Amino acid sequence: MAEFKFINGNEAVAYGVKLARAGVVAAYPITPQTKIVEKLSELIADRELEAEFVKVESEHSAMAACLGAASVGARAFTASSSQGLAYMFEMLSYTAGSRFPVVMAIVNRAMAPPWNIWCDHQDSISCRDTGWIQYYVESAQEALDTVVQAFRVSEHPEVMTPAMVCLDAFVLSHTEEPVAIPSQDAVDAFLPPYNPPYRMDVENPMTFSAGAFPDSYMEFKYGQHLAFQVVPRVMREVEDDWERKVGRSYGGPLEAYRCEDAEVALVTVGTATGTARLVVDSLRESGRKAGLIKLRLFRPFPVEELRETARSLKAIGVLDRNLSFGFEGAVFSEVKAALYGLPARPLAAGFVAGLGGRDINVEQVEQMYDRLESASRTGLMEREVEFIGLKGVAV
Amino acid sequence: MLSIDIRWHGRGGQGVVTAATLLGGAAVREGKYAHSFPAFGAERRGAPVMAFTKIREVPLRDRSQIYAPDYVAVMDETLLDVVPLLDGLKPGGQVIINTRRSSGDLGLAGDFHVSTVDATSIALDKLGVAIVNTTLLGAVSAATGMVSLESLESVIRESFRGSLAEKNIDAVRTAFRAVKEA
Repeated sequence: MAEFKFINGNEAVAYGVKLARAGVVAAYPITPQTKIVEKLSELIADRELEAEFVKVESEHSAMAACLGAASVGARAFTASSSQGLAYMFEMLSYTAGSRFPVVMAIVNRAMAPPWNIWCDHQDSISCRDTGWIQYYVESAQEALDTVVQAFRVSEHPEVMTPAMVCLDAFVLSHTEEPVAIPSQDAVDAFLPPYNPPYRMDVENPMTFSAGAFPDSYMEFKYGQHLAFQVVPRVMREVEDDWERKVGRSYGGPLEAYRCEDAEVALVTVGTATGTARLVVDSLRESGRKAGLIKLRLFRPFPVEELRETARSLKAIGVLDRNLSFGFEGAVFSEVKAALYGLPARPLAAGFVAGLGGRDINVEQVEQMYDRLESASRTGLMEREVEFIGLKGVAV
Repeated sequence: MLSIDIRWHGRGGQGVVTAATLLGGAAVREGKYAHSFPAFGAERRGAPVMAFTKIREVPLRDRSQIYAPDYVAVMDETLLDVVPLLDGLKPGGQVIINTRRSSGDLGLAGDFHVSTVDATSIALDKLGVAIVNTTLLGAVSAATGMVSLESLESVIRESFRGSLAEKNIDAVRTAFRAVKEA
């Protein structure tokens, strides 16, 4: 039986790691992630989780320690945010290229300067091409569930790729809400102990993270590419099994909310999804054909799922809590690229909002749907990229 | 449908964030849904701090901030001159404030109710420290009825250990009886 706790997103992640029986946690504190590893250090000190807690002097070392732990067959976890993640950057591609299925929680925090501890997705989105799977979650419950599932997906023999589970700073990390903690028995039945096909072993020496010359390097990268391609399928299988054993599901790589006959839809990432759900519900009540596409998987990008959902739309919008300077929000670029291969495509608009923790409220989301509906009526998208909630002054 | 938004004001060290959490936990214990969260600032001891509790009958979806609270709970009356405590308070709303004075003496008048409690004296008496969060929760429970005294007592027993829990419960009960409609 599940037990209900009134806990925040950070604690939910820690309980997910405990249920997954991680063997090594190596971490360096940074706001707003700190509570995750603080809670884990308590659970380990109280012997509620039998794991090694490695205190390190930097995030770079935290990932190096996780890589080392994974290389000898341990299930390894860490967490970071913002500048900490940036400091870890070198080790991200090392872990991914070595094919170690480390799981890391990212509590999404804006990049400095100006110094800011609040939410946007610039930190993890900037790690797009490091070879890590990226999940984004909407609630503390989804954070817990996704952390456990992430280990199983990453450790799948066809995948063997690390994953980031990304959750919004404060809005999720520091908000208490009711969370069902699955029983250890249910999680044990779902997630077997990590048993990698290769590990560092003095009895059976092997080379790890070796050099590869131009005659073979490209094939290693192609191998990572192929691994990413099976992730959406594996994610769905894993989630189906989670639903059987724990009773919850979030719809795979993306969730199409009220999209059946929708003419317009907004793509959201993270907690803004909840606010957009309310807007869609109220638009539907007044007979307007609005839907919502919640993106749960950013890498690999769920191209097929998005095409299937978006092909009949007249207009699609993307709410980006990040910015690729001089261009547009990164998710908007991805969505347009994914839909380009369709013979007929919806009109598209990108909305950049909520940078540095600026609140994304109902009025802002309504404004986005108004723009999409207007484009759907006229057949023209006036402005392709728009900043929402901007005070109109550059500093 | 039940929809309660409460904004907590206090100073760093008075237990503002814990108050918001305990209230949410008590509501969940009664079968309701709740979110509690701090004002996402970089708090430090003595500085003005805010926290929020949302209580609903259905699971919460909207994670935006509270702009129009139904209730404002104030742990430190000196904040009256420092922060706009009544900002966005709904017409007919309610202020629950830790003070020895009356609402008239505080200069609090408008389209809202005021409840007062001398939470500092109660906390000093029962806990030996001027951490007034649990005490003010007792007053909030009595003044608004949004959660029962029993639910508060059970979340306090879960959150504090041994004699500390019992002392806090004593403070909650005392404040529950001492709250005044001003």
